[in-house]
Amino acid sequence: MSTIQDVFVIGTGQTAVGEHWGISLRHLAWKAVKQALESSGLERPDAIFVGNILAPRISQQHNLGTLLADFCGFRGVEAITVEASGASGGAAVRQAMLALRSGEIGTALVVGVEKMTDKVGPEVTAALAAGADSDWELVQGVTAPAMAALIMRRYMHDYGVHRDEFSDFALNAHYNAQANVDAMFRNGLDLKQYVQAGIVASPVNIFDGAPDADGAAALVLSSEPGELRPGLSVRVASSSLVTHTLALHDRRDVLSFEAARLSAERAFQQAGITPDQIDLAELYDRFSIYAVLSLEACGFARRGEGWRLARNSGVGRNGQLPISTFGGLTARGNPGGATGVYQMVEVTRQLAGMAQDNQVAGAKWGLAQCLGSSGATAVTHILDGTNRN
Amino acid sequence: MEISRHWRLQQQRYGLLGEKCNHCGEKLFPPRDVCPECTQDSQELYRFSGKGEVYSYSKVFDPPAGYEGTAPYTMALVKLEEGPLVTAQLTDVDNDIVEIGMLVEMVTRKLREDGNRGMLVYGYKFRPRLK
Repeated sequence: MSTIQDVFVIGTGQTAVGEHWGISLRHLAWKAVKQALESSGLERPDAIFVGNILAPRISQQHNLGTLLADFCGFRGVEAITVEASGASGGAAVRQAMLALRSGEIGTALVVGVEKMTDKVGPEVTAALAAGADSDWELVQGVTAPAMAALIMRRYMHDYGVHRDEFSDFALNAHYNAQANVDAMFRNGLDLKQYVQAGIVASPVNIFDGAPDADGAAALVLSSEPGELRPGLSVRVASSSLVTHTLALHDRRDVLSFEAARLSAERAFQQAGITPDQIDLAELYDRFSIYAVLSLEACGFARRGEGWRLARNSGVGRNGQLPISTFGGLTARGNPGGATGVYQMVEVTRQLAGMAQDNQVAGAKWGLAQCLGSSGATAVTHILDGTNRN
Repeated sequence: MEISRHWRLQQQRYGLLGEKCNHCGEKLFPPRDVCPECTQDSQELYRFSGKGEVYSYSKVFDPPAGYEGTAPYTMALVKLEEGPLVTAQLTDVDNDIVEIGMLVEMVTRKLREDGNRGMLVYGYKFRPRLK
């Protein structure tokens, strides 16, 4: 493995997640890019990788790579868009990793950006559902929450879990989001509100699902260590993208996220660590059942027992395995193709001791994993903050 | 308008016409060019019986564009007798009495419409088995 070039996160930036009615896609992206560049000290990246899902459909805009390179002052720089449904942000980081590890480039700017509130209602629901198999799922009227609901219902049936047992994931996420100035929902949540919440697609209620909204996040990656804080750099210890069946009905086992399992397995192997060494994880909790299956897929919990981990604050900031430490998708919000980049920014800030009120004390190893199309694509990155000079 | 896109799938949508792999015998629905089990590419047509049972289900309150007219409706994963799971709506049933294991059979129904003057798309749904 010694021939593979090390990669470090040397800058981070993000906007608040929410309904940015007054600002366009390119301006939103620039806000995050500017922050990331300033924090890194880099003036011009060798290449730009943009994570996005919906711009061609909602903004009638293809080729965000060139749009953003141009708009951010980088004419002449290589730039492309990477799309992998909900995993687009992580997939953009993955492409940057491949380029950096190869040695062909020395610095990369990764930008995740999503502008989905220019349309509302059933049109956005349909756009977001299009990660499913168009010919065989979408035509039947599925939605993203319905896909999660089909998995959740079967999980409850097979393992004898009551739907209210999933509440701990939402409660934890909403608690953590209160201190995150960039989170969409900052009012907290109690059990009564969760239990009484309206149903989106039974048994998934509104608090089991993440709010889909606008946002942009950016990372500057470099093959040279840069100090995020004096004496402290964060290394990307592993990077893995795995695919499985696009359609849920094509899986032999709908209760196992195989892509996530394989992706995590490869990531742990690359990093040379085991799941019990992870100090915090930003998982793809777009639905509470996804958090459960991700915990099981990554080896943090045994099959059928992921839900138990959230009991007694087990996934809280002082728990056995902190997750959604800034609110996760559930409460920070889900800005589509930007989500995977937000996760990387959050894990980096935790390891650099820059998480302020959201800080997980003494965090040294962090994992970020995002999923596309009901777990069909999984991208896992493990970050290493042990490198204190 | 996506007429050809829906027209070319009529055999599958109206008749559950799938495939059987000539190498490993796996029954496939929807049809594929490459068998996911043995990765060989030779299949013969195979018509599914349309009988199955509910593997999982969800009552959908927040429909995508084109499906607003029938909401709330029940989405299901149906396990066909021959093995495969299919994603489909349940029909001719009270949404509140659906349960895992319920025996169902395939029927042809309207899936979606594109406005007053748009195309109607028909295909399979599943209803409680009559006998």
